[in-house]
Amino acid sequence: MSNKVIHAIYDDEEIVLKSVKILKENNFEINEVYSPFPIHGLDHALELKETRMAITAFIYGCIGITFGGLMIYYIMISGIGKSWPMNIGGKPNFTFYHNLPSFVPIMFECTVLFAAHLMSITYFFRNKLYPGSTSKSPDPRTTDDKFLVEINADKDEDDLKKILKKSGAIEINEEKNEK
Amino acid sequence: MQKESKIRDPLILGNKTYHDITRDIARPVEGKANKYWWILFGLSAVLMLWGFGCMAYTIGTGIGAWGLNKTIDWAWDITNFVWWIGIGHAGTLISAVLLLFRQKWRMAINRSAEAMTIFGVAQAALFPLIHMGRPWLAYWVFPIPNQFGTLWVNFNSPLLWDVFAISTYFSVSVVFWYIGLIPDFAMIRDRLSEKISPMRKKLYTLMAFGWSGRAKHWQRFEEVSLVLAGLATPLVFSVHSIVSMDFATSIIPGWHTTIFPPYFVLGALFSGFAMVETLLIIVRKVVNMEAYITIKHIEYMNVIILLTGSLVGVAYITELFMAWYSGVEFEQYAFLNRATGPYWWAYASMMTCNVVIPQLYWIYKIRTSFIATFILSIFVNIGMWFERFVIIVTSLHRDFLPSSWTMFSPTFIDIGIFLGTIGFFFVLFLLYSRAFPVIAQAEVKTILKSSGSEYKKKINE
Repeated sequence: MSNKVIHAIYDDEEIVLKSVKILKENNFEINEVYSPFPIHGLDHALELKETRMAITAFIYGCIGITFGGLMIYYIMISGIGKSWPMNIGGKPNFTFYHNLPSFVPIMFECTVLFAAHLMSITYFFRNKLYPGSTSKSPDPRTTDDKFLVEINADKDEDDLKKILKKSGAIEINEEKNEK
Repeated sequence: MQKESKIRDPLILGNKTYHDITRDIARPVEGKANKYWWILFGLSAVLMLWGFGCMAYTIGTGIGAWGLNKTIDWAWDITNFVWWIGIGHAGTLISAVLLLFRQKWRMAINRSAEAMTIFGVAQAALFPLIHMGRPWLAYWVFPIPNQFGTLWVNFNSPLLWDVFAISTYFSVSVVFWYIGLIPDFAMIRDRLSEKISPMRKKLYTLMAFGWSGRAKHWQRFEEVSLVLAGLATPLVFSVHSIVSMDFATSIIPGWHTTIFPPYFVLGALFSGFAMVETLLIIVRKVVNMEAYITIKHIEYMNVIILLTGSLVGVAYITELFMAWYSGVEFEQYAFLNRATGPYWWAYASMMTCNVVIPQLYWIYKIRTSFIATFILSIFVNIGMWFERFVIIVTSLHRDFLPSSWTMFSPTFIDIGIFLGTIGFFFVLFLLYSRAFPVIAQAEVKTILKSSGSEYKKKINE
């Protein structure tokens, strides 16, 4: 880790994207990009890995449907069905299979409930978002209309500044690396 | 950058920059309320308090305070419940289904529409809660291990499906809404000064969850939004299908029909869009969002109302046809009685408000006028309330034994609770419009360059 970073501030997302590509071509190390809204193509330019949020949702959904099915089996079939086998309104509780159509809605709801909530919790957890956490953005304008690119400045500092100027940064600040 | 066809109308009016969007959306939160806001808030608060009084009276004395009788044992409570749930559906349609279809016009209205969903579902949930008679035992509807022997809830009952559907729907909507709100709370947090308003700064810091807008966070944000939209889409269709099964799985003539699930879902979207319009036409004035909620947005919604209204009309006629075609004399009587019996006026109001009046939207001038839209949306709201009233009360009031045939008349408690929920809904919505960013600013900023009027002009030149 270097002990100095450069904060380059931009005011347009297309210029940020172009600039990030140029920096990557010149082998500069970009620590982070802070932006007020998602920039399409930035994750590819920064070579970020694909997020696995959707995969977690699928897994949580599978857990949800299993939980729903087991809960219903326990409540409706294994207990009551054995003690008091009944057929009320064409819904026999002798086996899970016979009674399945009326279990579908709740098994579906359990799938959605688990997938949506557990994925959201994972999202908060992975992003370290929680009430009481404070913003790590070095500049409060990055939630308004400015874009900030943080670059390691351990080599070719003058070169880096030149590239940033040329690519359209409106401000270039040197900061100590606090990490 | 996103590309858009030249001929599409702009969705953001005026020469806006990113900073202008920030300022415009933060203004209602930072500034003081204008007098329209106070007038509306005062009226709604009075209605709400009246409603709370009626609810307290109901809980204190029992359901006998309502106009129910032995024949009509479900009336305004379930009508209001279905009406409010239906209203909620447009919010999810706008935020989830239109996201899957990549409709850019949803971005200016999704936040408010979803707020409407959450507040509407909360009103809906009040009705079964009060109807329980002993609302402090409401947790009995959940499958909680208990000491009553093997006493469990019944998973064969559509009423239990409702419990699961609505609690899932409500909680998932809240989470979806909140995840979208976090970047916008962060925007407000970063604008507030520590010195001038320390309490508000603290509050918004708490609500923003420490959002900083990193690239990885945005990447996850977009994926989570998409997946939540994908989950919410079948969820919203399932919720109103299940609500319709409260009726469709029974054997009452007029309720026992397989057309109910799609018919209810369409009706819900229809009434929901009408309520979104009623609210947004007020909101854009009260909090000055004329540049973002434009006549184009209203026109798109009117087209959806025209489509769903016509489809609901087809459903009404299909029902009549099927009753005749089934050859079942009880079904035939139920529908004949609906249209020509003692409740003909309710049926006629429903037909006029839901099928005939929305056809006016074929006229370009009406569909692109704020005043006409506002009036028509009120008609649709009324019509959809009557639809539920017609389905519920006319099917019940002719019981299996002619000696039990009767009519329903609401007491002032019934009316008070209904008006009270309208007041409560508006109180919540007005408070929201002052404390929350009413437009998803982060999303609107992403379409500024493709749909802003000045940018469009430049592209077209």
